Amino acid sequence: MIDWSVKRRGGCRWVWSSALVLCGGLSVGLVSPAAAIARSDSSTNVTAVNRSGNRDRAKWEAYILAAGGVLPASAGLTLAAHKTAAIPAFARKYNLPCSACHTTWPELNSFGQRFKDRGYQLGNDRDSPIWVNPSYIPIAIRTTPGWRMEQTTHQPVDVVPGDGASGTVERTITQSGFDISGADLLMLGTLYKNITFGFVPTIADGEGVGIETAFVRFDNLRRSGWANLKVGKFELDNMLSEKRSMMLSNNGTFYQSYHFVPVGDVTNFGMGDNQIGAEWMGHSDNSYTRFSVAVLSSVDGTPGLPSGKSYDGAFTVSQGFDVGNLGLQRVGLYGFMGRRPTVFETTGGTPIPGTGTGNKSFYRFGAVGDFFLGKLEFLPLVMRASDNKDLAGGTRDATWNSGLLELHYYVNPQLVFTQRSEIIRMSNQADPATPKTLGNIDAFTFGYRWYPIMFSRAGLALVGELSFTKTIGTVPLSGDGVGFAPLTSATAVRSTSLLLALDFAF
Amino acid sequence: MSRIPLLACAAEFGLLLSATGLLAAQAQTMSRIGNVTGNADAGKREYRRYCVGCHGPAGDGLGENAQWIDPKPRDFTAAVFKCRSTPTGSLPTDEDLFHSVSRGVVTTNMPSWEPLTRQARANVVAYIKTFSSRWATQGPGTPITIPAETPANIESILRGRDVFQKMECWKCHGPAGHGDGPAASTLTDSKDNPIRPYNFSTGSRFKCGETNADVYRIFMTGLDGTPMPSFADLMQPNDAWDLVHFLRTLQPLQTPEAAIWQTWLPAHAKELKPLGPDQGGR
Repeated sequence: MIDWSVKRRGGCRWVWSSALVLCGGLSVGLVSPAAAIARSDSSTNVTAVNRSGNRDRAKWEAYILAAGGVLPASAGLTLAAHKTAAIPAFARKYNLPCSACHTTWPELNSFGQRFKDRGYQLGNDRDSPIWVNPSYIPIAIRTTPGWRMEQTTHQPVDVVPGDGASGTVERTITQSGFDISGADLLMLGTLYKNITFGFVPTIADGEGVGIETAFVRFDNLRRSGWANLKVGKFELDNMLSEKRSMMLSNNGTFYQSYHFVPVGDVTNFGMGDNQIGAEWMGHSDNSYTRFSVAVLSSVDGTPGLPSGKSYDGAFTVSQGFDVGNLGLQRVGLYGFMGRRPTVFETTGGTPIPGTGTGNKSFYRFGAVGDFFLGKLEFLPLVMRASDNKDLAGGTRDATWNSGLLELHYYVNPQLVFTQRSEIIRMSNQADPATPKTLGNIDAFTFGYRWYPIMFSRAGLALVGELSFTKTIGTVPLSGDGVGFAPLTSATAVRSTSLLLALDFAF
Repeated sequence: MSRIPLLACAAEFGLLLSATGLLAAQAQTMSRIGNVTGNADAGKREYRRYCVGCHGPAGDGLGENAQWIDPKPRDFTAAVFKCRSTPTGSLPTDEDLFHSVSRGVVTTNMPSWEPLTRQARANVVAYIKTFSSRWATQGPGTPITIPAETPANIESILRGRDVFQKMECWKCHGPAGHGDGPAASTLTDSKDNPIRPYNFSTGSRFKCGETNADVYRIFMTGLDGTPMPSFADLMQPNDAWDLVHFLRTLQPLQTPEAAIWQTWLPAHAKELKPLGPDQGGR
């Protein structure tokens, strides 16, 4: 839910997860459709665009934007910082404390996972709204006021402020102050027994309202937990859920692996973003065995007409193992395959929405685990990814590997210490002349969450978090600070986020 | 007898008492579920995470949510449990508590905790047993024996219908099993909280299970703490199985008993006397 809506290029604020890019006139990467189209040439074959930097991407983006598939960022990244997370409305409905469903909220434990898998139902023949007190309304809200600091090194600035001709030097930019996140209205529940709904509008000051989640789910079809059909906009069934991440700082709130694309790549896809489509999900009675298969519009969750005529596909499968005193251990696999158009029909040189052809593919595959050793939880994830050369803007496919390890130490249900280490390494740049390290990322986050109160009506967490990233040759993925690429492609840009906040849900 | 042997006897007796006490205390702080041994200390952590909101920190059923819950959460300090395999009035086995935790109690706020590991559930059982001194002084009862099920046929169902009439099940559960018998509105549990009899027409499961054997067990052990008595002294096993077969016809299920009943009933409905007061069954 939480949107540490970041200051991105040109100082324009926008909501990462929102498919609607609400700020125009971005200096480099974010282009309004009109501006982008104006900068594009008449060529309809965007694969022919000669890439010499991010500015050339405007031509590509023009097509995508004009075709209705809004492409939000220069690096092709789409970060989903809104967190669906803990939903106290369920605690109120079922009279269970937060800790019943969450290791510490918002992360689900095994009981909460089955509750979600069942369509937010306990299965006690009291799930239908007819059994609920009429005064109960399935709404919860979550937001996070706090203080934060963002610091980014190697930011190019004018030697003489205000004088663009005075030359450029690199400096470290530091920003700090009190801030508020956007807010999510979490409305999820049952329309009837075995019919579940979800509707989560997000609100960010000055940025309007977005639809983070909107779906209907038919649960336990033919009385089987293996048959659940969901249609709408929803988070993929990622075992390592970004929407339920306990980390909220600008750098730490998202998994770099879920959003990374190489420099110059135009693939508009983020595995952490809520997607639009249909999902078939199944689970065993205790949810130790789980799978999902999804067919999704190729718009990365953006409402509106697809830019092309292809669909994305995703799958997840995981198995939990009861290992006695060690607790429940889970391993899983995931994959996402998609295609994006490279050629459009045009009229007067303007691309026609929905006519994209010449689809080129990309994929993300990997494995993930969730292991407990007493009070210590290990969450490893590895990923292998590739984008077609025409999407990556080179002569060969871009490939890369990433991995992360997240640790949670639960002192008790009201205090958790968190740490995450993540790396991304390019295997092949699409352009062989590009330095192999360009775009590589190292990210580290340390934090704690203390829940001074935890009962069945609301939740409050005091959050402290420090997050570092090192990105080679380009702007940090979080886009914090002023968010410009350094002057040379070998420069390591270091970004630091510090967050002290009050995270509450009611 | 010399003084020394007397002292020795006294010492042995003392040791025996100590050992007995130790074993009792150990039994109270541990549980045994198959090859899993539950530990009360570990169970306390699980209890405070999952159970405390309803059952309360002291296990007295006075958690912060209890005021909103109907039926009320179990009071573990009383050590009176509905779902047992043991005779009425006795303590349940560890397995009984484990099954209740795992299965949940349908139509109440008690969910199924099956997603928790077996170890975690066994730990919770061990901790629940620390709330009452009954566990230190009494062992669990001996599980009743459930004989092999008799064949489910129309004769058995009709005999079961007679048992339903004869045992006055209809007084609470209603002639059609809708939980609306003449005594239904007056029922209270052992803590004087109003309690409703089970409505067979709405549920596919019972509070203490869903198989035919589970239903049989409910008759024979009763649901302690509720008005549902044990019929172990009043009903022969065959009668109990007959009653099970009849009750299956009242549920909204596609059971063999229901199929038999629905096939037989249209042609014989007029042969049946209504169930209820002053009626005689068939």
